[in-house]
Amino acid sequence: MARITLQNLAHSYLPHPRSDADFALKRMDHVWQDGGAYALLGASGCGKTTLLNIISGLLTPSQGRVLFGDRDVTAAPTAERNIAQVFQFPVVYDTMTVRDNLAFPLRNRGKDAAYVKARVDRIARMIGMEAWLNRKAQGLTADAKQKISLGRGMVREDVNAILFDEPLTVIDPQMKWELRTQLKELHRQFGHTMIYVTHDQTEALTFAQQVVVMHEGRVVQMGTPEELFEKPAHSFVGYFIGSPGMNFLDAEELRGDQALLPGGEVVALGAHYPPVAGRVQIGIRPEHARLVASGGLPLTIRRIEDLGRHRLVRGEVAGRPLNVVMPEGMAVGGLPQVAFAPGKINVYADDWRVAPLEQGGG
Amino acid sequence: MEKTQNNKAWFLVLPVLVVVAFSAVIPLMTVVNYSVNDTFGNNAFFWAGLEWFDEMVHSRRLHGALGRQALFSAIILAIEVPLGIFVALNMPKKGFWSSLVLVLMALPLLIPFNVVGTIWQIFGRTDIGLLGRGLKALGLDYNYTNDPLDAWITVIVMDVWHWTSLVALLCYAGLQSIPQAYYQAAKIDQASRWAVFRHIELPKMKGVLLIAVLLRFMDSFMIYTEPFVVTGGGPGNSTTFLSIDLVKMAVGQFDLGPAAAFSIMYFLVILLVSWVFYTVMTNIDRSQADIPEGM
Repeated sequence: MARITLQNLAHSYLPHPRSDADFALKRMDHVWQDGGAYALLGASGCGKTTLLNIISGLLTPSQGRVLFGDRDVTAAPTAERNIAQVFQFPVVYDTMTVRDNLAFPLRNRGKDAAYVKARVDRIARMIGMEAWLNRKAQGLTADAKQKISLGRGMVREDVNAILFDEPLTVIDPQMKWELRTQLKELHRQFGHTMIYVTHDQTEALTFAQQVVVMHEGRVVQMGTPEELFEKPAHSFVGYFIGSPGMNFLDAEELRGDQALLPGGEVVALGAHYPPVAGRVQIGIRPEHARLVASGGLPLTIRRIEDLGRHRLVRGEVAGRPLNVVMPEGMAVGGLPQVAFAPGKINVYADDWRVAPLEQGGG
Repeated sequence: MEKTQNNKAWFLVLPVLVVVAFSAVIPLMTVVNYSVNDTFGNNAFFWAGLEWFDEMVHSRRLHGALGRQALFSAIILAIEVPLGIFVALNMPKKGFWSSLVLVLMALPLLIPFNVVGTIWQIFGRTDIGLLGRGLKALGLDYNYTNDPLDAWITVIVMDVWHWTSLVALLCYAGLQSIPQAYYQAAKIDQASRWAVFRHIELPKMKGVLLIAVLLRFMDSFMIYTEPFVVTGGGPGNSTTFLSIDLVKMAVGQFDLGPAAAFSIMYFLVILLVSWVFYTVMTNIDRSQADIPEGM
């Protein structure tokens, strides 16, 4: 096992990339600590799979280096890197039995039969496939096949890292939850570095200690689920994390601890900010906004959705959509304005978060 | 509710029945008619029963042709199927070269059979053919017109040249349908090249291979034009395969009764062997898809 370092890494699928847009992965420096459980989160086509394939050696990056520990493995083939990877769609060897499928990576590395049997039995128990061990893999359902794929990814103990590329896409929801719990358990027991690619934020937030959010070929933020929620480093993280995502309002300018909106309204920010250039926005989570009788911004309510434990008010402020999460039992009537918890407001300039000058009270 | 019975719907099937009757049933029945009758022309038939069948079953001439035919089909299948797979595995998967190779591979398949025969007939001639003269210049005693072994080698090489492309193209189509993830997973699992072939490529090619083997068996078992043009069935009878013999019997000797009996048995043999191939290969498939209960 080893720390995985990406140095100056960039990748383009074109032979002669000209502009930044030609790169599927923009230049990045990133370190995956040994034994970490990471989730790689992002919309489809943001470069998640490209990044995984570079780490596992299925793809050679156009630029930069990949280090395992101190060793440069940029040019090393997949086999040398000793990495396990589970793909989005099930890959099983149809003509083999389930047992042979699970044993395949071990046998290819010349492990002795007794060890292989013990490992396979153990993994089979974990994925709940003990009863099918001697059946041919052909003809199994998609989720049974995906469990075998997962099992094959986990069967080797000495891997440097296990990479999961949206592995639970084809699995039904209840099994999904169970397998995710087992993956966490496996991580706790063996401490493999795990990188888990997903576009499902619930999956990412429940699996990982550290969530890495990618957007348009860039890592825009790495942090704990809480950091991503409270202090999104990029407006994309604000949109993408949370349901619904963060509200953004354009601001004319910042004045110390206040933001001036285009309509002349003033919003207290709870902290002092340096003057910034570019397009300025303030971001506030729907959870940190509330309806008030006065002293806020005028809100036009479009729709109220009952989500069971709370209600979601969908409205508009100065023509921009704005959502508010209402606590249970609170009435909407007679509250025409919306106010924000000052300490929970984030400020963005050209989509990137601006750090306040001092810690504001919340 | 009562179901409406309307037998007029049967009339809708009539056009198909007429087409099938004229395209298959009536010609076939003509052959059946000849096979159980003796005729001296002028549409005068004398009932012969199974006499022609009896004669043909015990005919040493037919046994010889059948033996040569079976050997020929076995040899070309043994060469063309592995060679076709090998070629398909090594064909470029995309880009300019893949298109070029596809066109080149398709070329032999587009040449009319008698032209293929003529090409090889001339190619192999020791006086003007490139191959024949070349071999002679190397000091090899090659002459397909009077050496049975040379004739066989020529006919087999010609068939391999003509038809390996078909097997290769079918296998290539099978290979192209394998998702990239399988190869990636095999790399992650550190599978050897042989294991990739044995556990990924071969199982995925099985369907098209079945078709390739069936087509090549049927075509080779019925081969007529190319060997007829190259060797005319000679030297002696050494390359006289079933079709060539049949034509000699029916058109050359005008033995219509025996030829008809021969035709019917020929047809049944091809049908039987194809059926056996098909059943065996699909059963391999079924025993592998041993689906556990409840899954």
